[in-house]
Amino acid sequence: MSAATASAPSAFVFEALADDAWLLRLGDGIDDAVNARVHRLAARLRAQAPPWLRDLVPAYASLALFFDEAAVDALSVQAWLMTQCAVIDASDDELPTPQRIVEIPVAYGGHYGPDLDSAAAELGLSAHELIARHSGGEYTVAMIGFAPGFPYLSGLDPALALPRLATPRTEVAAGSVAIGGAQTGIYPRPGPGGWRLLGRTPLALFDVARAQPSLLQPGDRVRFVAIDAAEFAELARLQAQTPA
Amino acid sequence: MNTRNEFIEVIAPGPLTSVQDRGRHGWRHLGIARSGALDPELAALANHLVGNRDDDAVLELSLHGPSLRLPRPSRIALLGASVDARFEGTVLPMARPIDLPAGTLKLGGVRNGVRAWLAIAGGFEVAPVLGSRSTDLRGGFGGHQGRALQAGDRLPLGSAPSLRIDSPQIARWWVDPDFDEDPHLPIRYLPVANPALADSAAALARQPWSVAAASNRQGLRLDGAPLPAVGGSGVSEPVAPGTIQLPADGRPIVLLADAQTVGGYARLGHVIAADLPRLAQAPPHARLRFEACDAPAAIAALRHRRERMARLRLALASRLPHTR
Repeated sequence: MSAATASAPSAFVFEALADDAWLLRLGDGIDDAVNARVHRLAARLRAQAPPWLRDLVPAYASLALFFDEAAVDALSVQAWLMTQCAVIDASDDELPTPQRIVEIPVAYGGHYGPDLDSAAAELGLSAHELIARHSGGEYTVAMIGFAPGFPYLSGLDPALALPRLATPRTEVAAGSVAIGGAQTGIYPRPGPGGWRLLGRTPLALFDVARAQPSLLQPGDRVRFVAIDAAEFAELARLQAQTPA
Repeated sequence: MNTRNEFIEVIAPGPLTSVQDRGRHGWRHLGIARSGALDPELAALANHLVGNRDDDAVLELSLHGPSLRLPRPSRIALLGASVDARFEGTVLPMARPIDLPAGTLKLGGVRNGVRAWLAIAGGFEVAPVLGSRSTDLRGGFGGHQGRALQAGDRLPLGSAPSLRIDSPQIARWWVDPDFDEDPHLPIRYLPVANPALADSAAALARQPWSVAAASNRQGLRLDGAPLPAVGGSGVSEPVAPGTIQLPADGRPIVLLADAQTVGGYARLGHVIAADLPRLAQAPPHARLRFEACDAPAAIAALRHRRERMARLRLALASRLPHTR
């Protein structure tokens, strides 16, 4: 493992993140093309599944790889990574992008989205227009973090960007769909939060009792579908009945 | 073998006692932390002393231990910082197997450190969640009901060879896993190479730091003359246990086992794996020094600690016939 920042083929930069982890930087800033490359690389590495691979953590413009340092040494992992990066670099455009599209039902406004009206007013839109534009977009799970199952979604219409609350709420309901800066996201569980709340989904974003605990995976495409209170209640009821 | 469905009852929990094993792997991409014992090697050695598998669940206690009612005669071992441990009036020493009859085990104040690990033969058999019995305190799952222990909790015990004793049986020997380690040596870290951050990364080693009281299993917060603030890009990147973050206030945070998976603060480098256990033992207001090192030194230090553990186990082989 070299502490020195070494350039691999093309634009990959390696850094030691921990004694058992490498960080690959593919760019900086928030850029959809860079993030798409991160997810392609993550999918390729995951598919190789070397036995010492513990975790692959995609983020906006970087990817962390955690390995079992009792089973493999850091330099071997780095060499393997550089080979994989060279391959993906050479075949970048030919690779299919396997993406699921997940529809998230959202009840907008009212007590589901207490900031909808003020956010719309701030943006110079009616509440209906804000709902139409937020639910009309298509988003990508750029990364998951902050809390288990919390998706950072890219693809928000730049005209819908909203500053965070000056004073974060101490309690945000689970399933709250919100805008924070140029991003939109969904709170998986109740807790404090400073994003602007537009609505709420009855779906459980995160449940450790499920074989796949997170509803969304990094790289997924996401669409919001506006629902009314009756549909919310019905979906919440169905969700509660679904066996783990 | 003892019958199953026996429970340890928590009479008093201590300020932060939690069920931990070696941690949770394979889920970081979903925002799920590693968790696990802050010194996984010592937790594994405690298990070894009572005949458990290395990855069986133990209790991690902080600053003050819990009082526990043992439902059956049990072999236990305590490793880590010194715990004032008593069983029905008998003072119990650290770092060795101890056979106890059914009764009340009182773990009191912790000296010369912050944390200790209690292993019991059979292990704490809470249900694994996502492949681990560790408590994810921030996520609220795993371990015992996803939280620190509370009075009245009942912790399921795994099966273990039965013991027939009516008074404590204390081994006359003990292990000293850190015998050649000077606890006052600086904490070693690998600085980042990024030129924009190199000055701040180097400055970490130039002054002593004090451990802030707000430190926890998520991160060790350092108090001292603030380092020059660095304008990071603010775009969140993956972080790891050991990552040294520099928030805008100039006071570094070293992430520990419960660290979140991504973070937006500037990153100065990481504390090497071999020195993370010493951070876990640094009490509030303790003075710490840091010292930059390189990757080969990090690898050598970890190998040294592993080899010492391996030698200990070899030496123990003749004394511990019942390991499974």
